[in-house]
Amino acid sequence: MSRKMKLLSAMKAAFPHTIPIFAGFWFLGMTYGIYMNVSGFSFWYPMLMSLTIFAGSMEFVAVNLLLGAFNPLQAFAMTLMINARHLFYGISMLDKYRGNGLKDIYLIFGMCDESFSINYTADIPEGIDKGWFMFFVTLFNHFYWFFGATLGGIFGSLIHFNTEGLDFVMTAMFVVIFMEQWMKEKNHVSAFVGIGVSLLCLIAFGAENFIIPAMVGILGVLTLVKNPLQAEIGRVGER
Amino acid sequence: MTVTQQIITIGMVILGTMLTRFIPFLVFPAGKPTPEYIRYLGKVLPAAVFGLLVVYCLKNVSLFAGSRGIPEMLSIVVVVGLHLWKRQMLLSIAGGTICYMLLVQLVF
Repeated sequence: MSRKMKLLSAMKAAFPHTIPIFAGFWFLGMTYGIYMNVSGFSFWYPMLMSLTIFAGSMEFVAVNLLLGAFNPLQAFAMTLMINARHLFYGISMLDKYRGNGLKDIYLIFGMCDESFSINYTADIPEGIDKGWFMFFVTLFNHFYWFFGATLGGIFGSLIHFNTEGLDFVMTAMFVVIFMEQWMKEKNHVSAFVGIGVSLLCLIAFGAENFIIPAMVGILGVLTLVKNPLQAEIGRVGER
Repeated sequence: MTVTQQIITIGMVILGTMLTRFIPFLVFPAGKPTPEYIRYLGKVLPAAVFGLLVVYCLKNVSLFAGSRGIPEMLSIVVVVGLHLWKRQMLLSIAGGTICYMLLVQLVF
């Protein structure tokens, strides 16, 4: 297979996986662009920030940081906290995001929630180059976000149709991804731990502060049950 | 804020984001065997993290005010039902989203 064919087939295989993200990012990206627009920033801001940060929730927070008093250390610390979940993604991707040459750098740079979810769960068809498949998934997602944010920044004030509820596309996507992961695994302890600990922390700490305690709690519980859980996974795997 | 201060602030956000993405790959270099505990986490964490992300998406739903989370609950049932029935990712996501939009725009 020629190099061009290899790229084209990976691109064709990757695209359908990113269609739900297209809908979600178009909408959220636009929302973000509009938000920057009405906060008094020119379209250059959402355009360049969507390109260089590429972490949706953080970019919304960044608008507030830019509107507040100059405090770079606080900006840095908040970013680390909000994006700490990427550490988990990285640990899960140590093998997949290695050995793809220079593409690895872009794959890691573009490891947002959605790129990670697709690249972690997708069954890449036989004969498709895995590195290029994951590269195109990331590139398409990056482009959708950039496209939405820039359009929102430029045309922010001109949109008039009822898109209320379209943001549910993200929830629906994560529910489906959660189910896919569930169907792939025979042991569901980790899935229960994730939902259970997160709900408890949401109740205890509230919507704005529950992510960090939830992550610490998930790590703690999974560490506590490591030996029995590993034995169980190993046993099921052997059957 | 001056433009320079804005650039520094945005730079800090970029730096923080990139650190959280690159650290695992720098701390556990290729070639060296990854510690067993980390490999275990890599295997079991995703299911838990996807659970966390579902909860994260629903974090602002209130069970005691407004529509009491009914549109969210009904739409998730639609997503799960469609997915168990056809197992077509796009169909499940589109079906659930359209259901939710109809519910919040027309019913609640």
